[in-house]
Amino acid sequence: MSSKPVQPAIEGWFTLSDTPQLIGSQCCGCGTYFFPKQDHYCKNPDCDSTEFQEALLSPRGRIWSYTNACYKPPAPFVAEEPFEPYAIAAVELEKERMTVLGQVVKGVGVEDLKVGMEMELVLETLHETDEDTKVTWKWRPVTDNGGQG
Amino acid sequence: MSGEVAIIGAGMHPWGKWGRNFVEYGVAAAREALADAGIPWRDVGYVSGGATVRCGYPGYVAGATFAQALGWQGCEVNTSYAACASGSQALAAARNKILAGECEVALVVGADTTPKGFLAPAGGYRPEDPDWVRFYLGITNPTYFALYARRRMDVYGDTLEDFAAVKVKNAAIGSKNPRARYRKCFSAEDVAASAMVADPLRLMDICATSDGGAALIVCSLDYAKRIGKGDAPRVAAISTVTPSFASAVVEMPDIATDSAAAAGIDAHSFRASLPMKAYEEAGIGPEDVDVAEVYDLSTALELDWIEDLQLAPRGEAAQLLRRGDTAVGGKIPVNPSGGLACFGEAVPAQALAQVCELTWQLRGECGDRQVEGARVGITANQGLFGHGSSVIVKR
Ligand SMILES: [Zn+2]
Repeated sequence: MSSKPVQPAIEGWFTLSDTPQLIGSQCCGCGTYFFPKQDHYCKNPDCDSTEFQEALLSPRGRIWSYTNACYKPPAPFVAEEPFEPYAIAAVELEKERMTVLGQVVKGVGVEDLKVGMEMELVLETLHETDEDTKVTWKWRPVTDNGGQG
Repeated sequence: MSGEVAIIGAGMHPWGKWGRNFVEYGVAAAREALADAGIPWRDVGYVSGGATVRCGYPGYVAGATFAQALGWQGCEVNTSYAACASGSQALAAARNKILAGECEVALVVGADTTPKGFLAPAGGYRPEDPDWVRFYLGITNPTYFALYARRRMDVYGDTLEDFAAVKVKNAAIGSKNPRARYRKCFSAEDVAASAMVADPLRLMDICATSDGGAALIVCSLDYAKRIGKGDAPRVAAISTVTPSFASAVVEMPDIATDSAAAAGIDAHSFRASLPMKAYEEAGIGPEDVDVAEVYDLSTALELDWIEDLQLAPRGEAAQLLRRGDTAVGGKIPVNPSGGLACFGEAVPAQALAQVCELTWQLRGECGDRQVEGARVGITANQGLFGHGSSVIVKR
């Protein structure tokens, strides 16, 4: 990472701490979680609550499935030159009972992944602009020593 | 049964990359369907069109456009938008009009021209649009189908060879379909040699987008009898249900699934729920089905659909495939048209093309592709924004 200031690629979707978490919301009526955040209506058909609280989502979960991107996606994706394929994981969060997509950290490919594997949320560079480094959440396999992978 | 309408005509403009106006394809399909039914255009009291689709959203008004192109004759019109299920929703509108006694004969038609260029969202910084967000984060359309495919491999033991076998099967039968866009046979080696797009899916595992048009003439059972077509295939059920909260599978263009954390809420599969309503409405079960046309946006997705239609227990579709049961000549042929693998997707026409194929299959007119003795057929498809459909045709 360069010495440019770090900025979230998408404002308000995740915390920037050393132990980052996704910022979702939770319905005060029924307990349903939402990511991205939802504050106006609850999607549970049995609930008409309009009260929501911010909820930081579990930073760990298990792989529901995974794949990779072998070709450069179109804009608004900002690709490195030359383009490097990256893995993508859908990770199930146990408490929230939901699955969240994200890129997998650099250096981990599909051959390193398996359905059911434990993953944790980290921040990594998505791309750089002239002024700053845009970071996003990514998934990283949990290692026995606590995730210094 | 009283809730049925007859399909007395079917027509399709061949799928391809013709680059012409969608109205041409729709009119050609409609004229073929009218000729097939042997009725004059002026007998049609209702034109129900599937709206064209532009970047997932409704494009051109279809019902009135086709009615005008065929020559205004004072009928009523309707346009339906339901993404991949647009054709089924247009068919449902026509069926309901007929069953309500408001018209005797309806034309249902869908056609589209594939827009040029890569499908990508509008520019700018638009984090409120999930479609923009997922492209920004590097998650494209193949990502979703690859996730479903990889899960099959890790959970059920499906292999790359199984996925290739779906392509080989569909290419072989589609090569005999004059309306298909791709009519070349492929080997497992050809599939394995094509470029990896989103592991485990290769270029040849993923369907293309195409131009095409499909049309049906549907009518009351009385009308069908009057013109000597009392034994025509009938629409026995149309399911266009929404998903049930909480949706368990991450769907394009979302970045996350619903949460099933609330008390009394379970995670549901949308795909599996679509045919359930159709079976219930038709009063039949999966054991009664002779032939199925399913939405094989990827090779692996055909296997998911087979299980969603309950033609195989969950996780066992690949075994059916390996035994040859899903090929024409097997126990339960799937995609005897060649499927999307051979057609490519022409969104508002595709659900109707599935019903056209079943109509010809049930009439025994498919020649080299014929499923012997087919009496009951089912379609299934699913697309954006909680739209999907399943139609049962029987004779
Ligand atoms: Zn609620």
